[in-house]
Amino acid sequence: MSMNTQGRPTGVGTVGTAASGSALLPDEPLLFEIGDTEHSGVDLPDVDIGSGRLGGFARKSALDLAGLTEPEAMRHYVRLSRLNHSIDSGMYPLGSCTMKHNPRLNEKMARLPGFSDIHPLQPVSTVQGALELMNQLSHWLMTLTNTAAVALSPKAGAHGELLGMMAIKAAQEAKGEAHRSVVLVPESAHGTNPATAAFLGYTVRAVPARDDGTVDVAAVKAALSPDVAAIMLTNPNTCGLFEPQVIEIAQAVHEAGAFFYCDGANFNAIMGVVRPGDLGIDAMHINLHKTFSTPHGGGGPGAGPVVLSEALAPFAPVPFVRKGEGGLDMVEHIEGQALGRVTAFHGQMGMYVRALTYMLSHGADGLAQAAEDAVLNANYVKARLQHLFSVPFPDYPTMHEALFDDSFLKGTGVTTLDFAKAMIDEGFHPMTMYFPLVVHGAMLIEPTESESKQTLDRFCDVMAELANDAKAGNGERFSAAPMKAPRRRLDETRAARQPILKWERPGDLPQAAE
Amino acid sequence: MRYLPHSDHERADMLGVIGAADVEALFSAVPQSALKSFTLDLPAHSPEFLVEAHMRALAKKNHAAGDGPFFVGAGAYRHHVPATVDHLIQRSEWLTAYTPYQPEISQGTLQMLFEFQTQVAKITGMDVANASLYDGSTGTAEAVLMARRITRKSKIVLSGGLHPHYRDVVKAYLKDDADLVCLSPSPTGQGDILEQIDGNTAAIVIQTPDFYGHLRDLRTAADAAHAQGALLIVVITEVVSLGLLEAPGALGADIVVAEGQSIGNALNFGGPYLGLMACKKEFIRQMPGRLCGETVDADGNRGFVLTLSTREQHIRREKATSNICTNSGLCALAFSIHMALLGEAGFVRLARLNHANAILLADALAAVPGVEVLNQTFFNEMTIRVSQPAAALVEQLARRGILAGVPASRLLPGDPDVDHLIILAATELTTEADISALVAALTEELA
Repeated sequence: MSMNTQGRPTGVGTVGTAASGSALLPDEPLLFEIGDTEHSGVDLPDVDIGSGRLGGFARKSALDLAGLTEPEAMRHYVRLSRLNHSIDSGMYPLGSCTMKHNPRLNEKMARLPGFSDIHPLQPVSTVQGALELMNQLSHWLMTLTNTAAVALSPKAGAHGELLGMMAIKAAQEAKGEAHRSVVLVPESAHGTNPATAAFLGYTVRAVPARDDGTVDVAAVKAALSPDVAAIMLTNPNTCGLFEPQVIEIAQAVHEAGAFFYCDGANFNAIMGVVRPGDLGIDAMHINLHKTFSTPHGGGGPGAGPVVLSEALAPFAPVPFVRKGEGGLDMVEHIEGQALGRVTAFHGQMGMYVRALTYMLSHGADGLAQAAEDAVLNANYVKARLQHLFSVPFPDYPTMHEALFDDSFLKGTGVTTLDFAKAMIDEGFHPMTMYFPLVVHGAMLIEPTESESKQTLDRFCDVMAELANDAKAGNGERFSAAPMKAPRRRLDETRAARQPILKWERPGDLPQAAE
Repeated sequence: MRYLPHSDHERADMLGVIGAADVEALFSAVPQSALKSFTLDLPAHSPEFLVEAHMRALAKKNHAAGDGPFFVGAGAYRHHVPATVDHLIQRSEWLTAYTPYQPEISQGTLQMLFEFQTQVAKITGMDVANASLYDGSTGTAEAVLMARRITRKSKIVLSGGLHPHYRDVVKAYLKDDADLVCLSPSPTGQGDILEQIDGNTAAIVIQTPDFYGHLRDLRTAADAAHAQGALLIVVITEVVSLGLLEAPGALGADIVVAEGQSIGNALNFGGPYLGLMACKKEFIRQMPGRLCGETVDADGNRGFVLTLSTREQHIRREKATSNICTNSGLCALAFSIHMALLGEAGFVRLARLNHANAILLADALAAVPGVEVLNQTFFNEMTIRVSQPAAALVEQLARRGILAGVPASRLLPGDPDVDHLIILAATELTTEADISALVAALTEELA
């Protein structure tokens, strides 16, 4: 393999010769190595613009932007796609990420020109169907959660979290209690929770978890004080457990003049079975992509609508839909409104279409059945593996995800990471590792409702075999893994120490950032 | 139910293995008062053809952009997306993959993101780009916070030509912040943004082409900002303009934020879109969002990973650069494929075509009695002043099947100075027949 002056393997040298490639899964060069600035896969006329109306701001420098003809592009992106694992190609038991089946009807509906080819600022009289769709989606979300209002616009779960906490901040200020500067966050929370609270200027106060993996109402009471603005609690929590004292926690929080923000990332475990509004939540974001099957697309886009209690409803941001004279109206501006807006336009319409399509397909009965099956599947995996793996919190049935820790690997020389990489060689995407942080060497498995018993059995058989092999001292299978993936283990330290974040034309000066 | 694989018999078998009497037993931690204590007033499951009929009926109540002459822009633009783009992004391995946490089996997504970052860096003329943010507006708010972290100064000045929604998002992110200065939008002048720069200024934010379509002088702004130790943040809502306009990086920009929707992505009524962010390399550790970097694997082969994650929320928690834990991966893919199909030659031709059609539009509008074109400079968007209240006029034209642009009052409610202004965009999809239809209708309405 050839290396360039930075010690980087050059793409061209690896094509077709690399050990990692195979006849049907070759390495793929970068598009800049295949393409050319004069290649184009789009036929467009080259019009004369004369001197134009650019006022002297015309580009003088070259772009040096490689192009591909249509057949070149087709091969490049098809070949790249084959280097990815996906939920359509195999089980993806990433805990807390919820990789369920993505129905193609959702995609088909989102591409109807009446949804995809409408502009957010065309007259509202010309988008009545879109507003009706937003109304229907809102109705489903409020009904499933038993809440008073919903803000659809956040672009992702973490963005919804930000909006929900902004609403809480605005509500505290409206009560004349802007001095409340602390947000309680359990140790087991997603990293976004403390980041969101800090983003808004709050001090984060940690709430310890009990030995059984849940939050103790007594610990919450001990942490509450007149300077606490809110608690951010995930329920079901990141250990896969339903917080048994959630109602008492909500009461204690409210009595202390604080609000209860619920991280709704795991709503898929309880949709149609438990309404968060009945538990006393004030705000909760719902990851439409996790719960209502909109595809993750390699990392996004997501959509994170936030449902709000009566107390917080007046602090919902714009825009929202309401009934007007002669049809539905879009409220885009309110004079003196506390929060204003958190994104341009109206949010993730393309995701609303997919989510509502999924809701209508499943119906209220199907959503509840899906939640029950997700919980059934997680408990089945736990039951089948608990004799070989170690279960940190055995006291409660798990919800939609099964949490193990790595104490079963003690003395084997096999790490959690090694174990995960060995799963790749068996055709499974690894589970979530090292999260939640409250458990040493956590392994969080979320099968979701869309895995069949057959798939779960095969998965459990493989997991059991790997556990036995690790205990039998067959370390090589783990330390060398993965052997069968498009790449062996990647040097992440090198990537971080000498960041190379874009392609440079060979011969150009090396331009590693920093 | 077609999405659920178990039969009742299998469910019973599984409960047997678990040792639970029924599925309710698995919910034993839920307080009894809250478990299935309600009846949902929602319909039951439905066959595919009925769901499809329902959604089609809703879609039909909307006037799609392709249904008639269309001139709506102001931050979202209707461009043609090659069929190849939509075909490729629907491949399972792109569409249904997750965040590339396991790089060995996610090289497709990771290499694509590396290529995307390279494309964004090239068109903006910046050193480095991230793997995308939610959209241009939230990206602008993130850039403002980033500038404060870099300079350790607090004053932020937003140009009046910044898209009003972007301004509102920055205001929400920086709530009640006395050090945020929002200049009044002026439909004609650049305003006095340079006079606002002082020793406490972290950044000035300038959009070009601005909200009204005017092109802005970035070089002078960059020099004025840098003289005071402040940063220049450049915002671009129409990224196609970069095919024709000098790159912000070549003019002294420190951070560039853009809405990438125009390349590869449909209008979608406002989302999903994708935020582009690029900056000078010395700021990389203050940049929010994901970054993909090149490295090698255990065999020495080139590979890609998500990197510099010590900035991110899952590691730094309350000390993270941002609470963001995702990107617009699929939108970035669409952008990257479309940009690869265009290449330099196609991207420049696309930009020229947009500009050429905008010139046709501007000249045609200028000849309509009762219409004044306010722009001396523009790319593909312009503002006109009309002799009647603009909102009612736009509504009237919509009844004739012509979507004639955005009345400025929709984005700047309560500002009497803009009541007669309409912002119109032309793209490569705008035809001479569309322009003629608009001119004829406007002439009649304004007569």
